[in-house]
Amino acid sequence: MLDFLHANLSYILSGISVGGQYALIAIGYTMVYGILRLINFAHGDVFMCAGLMMVYLSTVLPVTVAIPLVLVMTVMLGFLIERAAYKPLRTAPRMSVMISAIGISYLLQNAALYFTGGLAKVYPAIPWLSQTVTIWGSTTKMVTVVTPILTIVLVVLLTLLIKYTKVGMAMRAVSKDFETSRLMGIRINTVISVTFVIGSFLAAVGSMLYFTNYASVTPVSGSMPGLKCFVAAVFGGIGSIPGAVIGAFIIGIAENVIKGGTSIFGFGGSGWTTFSDAFTFALLIIILVVKPTGLFGEKATDKA
Amino acid sequence: MKKKNKTELWLAFVAIALIYVVVAVLEQTVDSNHIIFTVLKKGAIYSLVAVSMNLLNGFTGLFSLGQAGFMLIGAYTYSIFTMPTAVKVTESVYKYYEAAIKFDTGIFVGLVCAGLAAALFAALIGLPVLRLKSDYLAIATIGFAEIIRAIFQWDVLGPITNGANVMRNYLDLTDVKIPFTDIPFPPTLYVFLASGVCIGLIVLLINSSYGRAFKAIRDDEIAAEAMGINLLKHKEMSFVISSFFAGVSGALLAMYQYTVQAAQFKSAMTYEILLIVVIGGIGSVSGSCIASFLYIAASEWWLRGLDMGKFLGIEAPNLFRSGFRRFVFSIIIMAIVLFFSKGLMGDREISFAGLARRLSRRTKPVKAAKGGGIDG
Amino acid sequence: MAENVLKLENVTMQFGGVVAVNNLSLEVNKGEIVALIGPNGAGKTTAFNCITGIYDPTNGQISFNGKTIVANHPRGKMKKLYAGKNAKEYLTARTVDPTPDMVTKLGIARTFQNIRLWKSMTVFDNVLTAKHMRAKQNVFTATLRLTYKEEKRMREETAALLEEQNLMQYANDLAVSLPYGLQRRLEIARALATEPKLLLLDEPAAGMNPQETQELGEFIVQIKNKYNLTVFMIEHHMDLVMQFSDRIYVIDFGRLISNGTPAVVQADPKVINAYLGVAE
Repeated sequence: MLDFLHANLSYILSGISVGGQYALIAIGYTMVYGILRLINFAHGDVFMCAGLMMVYLSTVLPVTVAIPLVLVMTVMLGFLIERAAYKPLRTAPRMSVMISAIGISYLLQNAALYFTGGLAKVYPAIPWLSQTVTIWGSTTKMVTVVTPILTIVLVVLLTLLIKYTKVGMAMRAVSKDFETSRLMGIRINTVISVTFVIGSFLAAVGSMLYFTNYASVTPVSGSMPGLKCFVAAVFGGIGSIPGAVIGAFIIGIAENVIKGGTSIFGFGGSGWTTFSDAFTFALLIIILVVKPTGLFGEKATDKA
Repeated sequence: MKKKNKTELWLAFVAIALIYVVVAVLEQTVDSNHIIFTVLKKGAIYSLVAVSMNLLNGFTGLFSLGQAGFMLIGAYTYSIFTMPTAVKVTESVYKYYEAAIKFDTGIFVGLVCAGLAAALFAALIGLPVLRLKSDYLAIATIGFAEIIRAIFQWDVLGPITNGANVMRNYLDLTDVKIPFTDIPFPPTLYVFLASGVCIGLIVLLINSSYGRAFKAIRDDEIAAEAMGINLLKHKEMSFVISSFFAGVSGALLAMYQYTVQAAQFKSAMTYEILLIVVIGGIGSVSGSCIASFLYIAASEWWLRGLDMGKFLGIEAPNLFRSGFRRFVFSIIIMAIVLFFSKGLMGDREISFAGLARRLSRRTKPVKAAKGGGIDG
Repeated sequence: MAENVLKLENVTMQFGGVVAVNNLSLEVNKGEIVALIGPNGAGKTTAFNCITGIYDPTNGQISFNGKTIVANHPRGKMKKLYAGKNAKEYLTARTVDPTPDMVTKLGIARTFQNIRLWKSMTVFDNVLTAKHMRAKQNVFTATLRLTYKEEKRMREETAALLEEQNLMQYANDLAVSLPYGLQRRLEIARALATEPKLLLLDEPAAGMNPQETQELGEFIVQIKNKYNLTVFMIEHHMDLVMQFSDRIYVIDFGRLISNGTPAVVQADPKVINAYLGVAE
């Protein structure tokens, strides 16, 4: 076991790193689903836009100024999308909102395609994060070490917020029973906006960490990670934040080990690269068939 | 009541026959490189897959997003089956693999097998997946479509699928001949006929007893079960039939494109079809067809200028450059989704009685004001 | 000895900590109109749902015309509760868990407490769709219209059912556009379309005025005789219950507290306390 760890260390480390980045994005999916029962297909593309914003801003501003600006702008983007595309359809059948989300995803990708001209953009190096570090014989970037720590810190902060603040309590109430919460006077619009703000903020942070590792940003950079993070959220139990985080780490690690690690019982190794993506989906199918509510999900209630 | 239906039916037949005549005439008269033929062919193909998706989503209420996967299965099955064996054993297509399937068939058999292959996969996938609640069904079908795509790109299956490489040199639209002769059959008309027959079958299904059962499941499945309709069996039926026709449309797409590659059948394709269904109206077959042609015409033809520097007479090469067309297009889609969420036709079909009423209303404004009444 | 159409034996339905139906045993005989009454929340609709297969009872057995259609033996904690004279049966009994459509096929049809008509369909189609179950066809023959005779028969029978209730005039209107009372009648017509032998009516007179209720009662007797039915109904309208039922079962908090003819039940002090109230 120890030998396996050592031989595959660089893959496991990058797995943990990308797992943390996925976790930050997955939280956005799971929170929005918990409150609105909406699969926010556009979330992955918001993540991509955050990456592009950084690319463009860093050409005119120093990186240290660009970072907070990107955070703010991504949050605004998430907020705007909710207000413009989801709020008007709140009373419409569920399919309509999902279609709207797909439409926004489409719009963001095409906007990015138009503005970038289709060429991949190089992500600027964030000074401290891109330094190389050596751990136990493997070289990697600082971001690999920072990511899991930062992720856990943010998740803890978020959990505290949900447990101990008024807004957090309101969010929990709305996710349990939308109608009653509204009738009890909870300001639904505020709660929903806060959810999107938090989700977008985390996605922006995730984008900074992710693109420091995989330095090229294209208009479709958000779609695969988006889908995978979504699977992570479903796997962990959609609506459950710790579930999303755990799911994301599992997917991140497995994906990397499959891609490049030494063979484990005949699995793994470089012939399986196309399958690292398919692995995520296979995981999805298994969980949906065995336990659709996910690892930490709520039990399905009986028919009324 | 019955009489009105008969008149409507005859009018519908005449109108459809007219469309075919127009297509045939166009094909003989207009230069075959004109963009209108791209629009017509692609529009017909997308009509079929949009109607098949509408059968599943609009009429049975199953929110499934796996269409691209079934189109992929159909396209590949068709191309593998119709590629002449002589070509298969050479290196022109199967460059890195030795072709495993060493027979070939004609076009019609190829199309039918394409549908059957897709239907078979659907039957297998349906069993676990159709028990899921609506959102989870959407997620599961997206997942399956992606897995199917990965499988087709897998190099271990290369001898059959040619892995991630392009499939070509199979029988395509230029190989269609008038039966028992060697005269080439007009390709656009062929696509129209093939799609038309399939859409016709779907319409027959929707108006049959089973179609009513599907609608009952969509409206209230607990009541449907209580009235004796077995949910799993009927949902599976709808899923398999819809996938059959998605497979056929995939095969038609292969015929039209002359080459196919697994990589093009991404989830993005399913979303496109979903958008077409929404624009046309969920639950309306004629809506899906009309929307499909409008969509293709807009994206391939009318908005072309937006990519080429000149649009509607305005010259602005810096603004109108590559990618602008899709950008504008996605804005239009959002506008439709937000403001016209019922789509063009809502859940109704084109009816001549309705059209007649509209036209007569315009010439008799007084009567309309007095009579009031809800639009037909 | 009257023929037993429906028999519930020790049926219990427990949702987590809530016991909705508690050891309910009852019988409905051929040709009877039997009513199930009790305060709101007593477990009446839950009992119906157990009979029709929507719920799988935690314990107990339901038979239809002598044949077991629903059965479940107790597990774990429940086993201890039901140890006693029936314990042996339950240890060897197998589980029978039908889906609602299977139950309907056997000949039990129902209406719903909250009307569940198919919103996008017309009045005619709502009833016609209920005929789908028994039609002799499969998807291929139906699509290719090879079974047009079956379709014709279904349509004629649907028209007859609607005529019977004076609903044929609304045949092409959307089902949900009917006034409430007529929607309830339509639900009954739809249930009849499945050619049942036992008809379960869940609050058929809800929302009706006294005259409509009277007409409904007479109508129920009429169709019972015409189609050779047995009727088991949940109702709150006492005039309907007392005038038209042969026997009544009274439940409260999931438990049976009284049964018998209307006269007996009306006079039963337990029932008066729990539900009926003292007469003025």
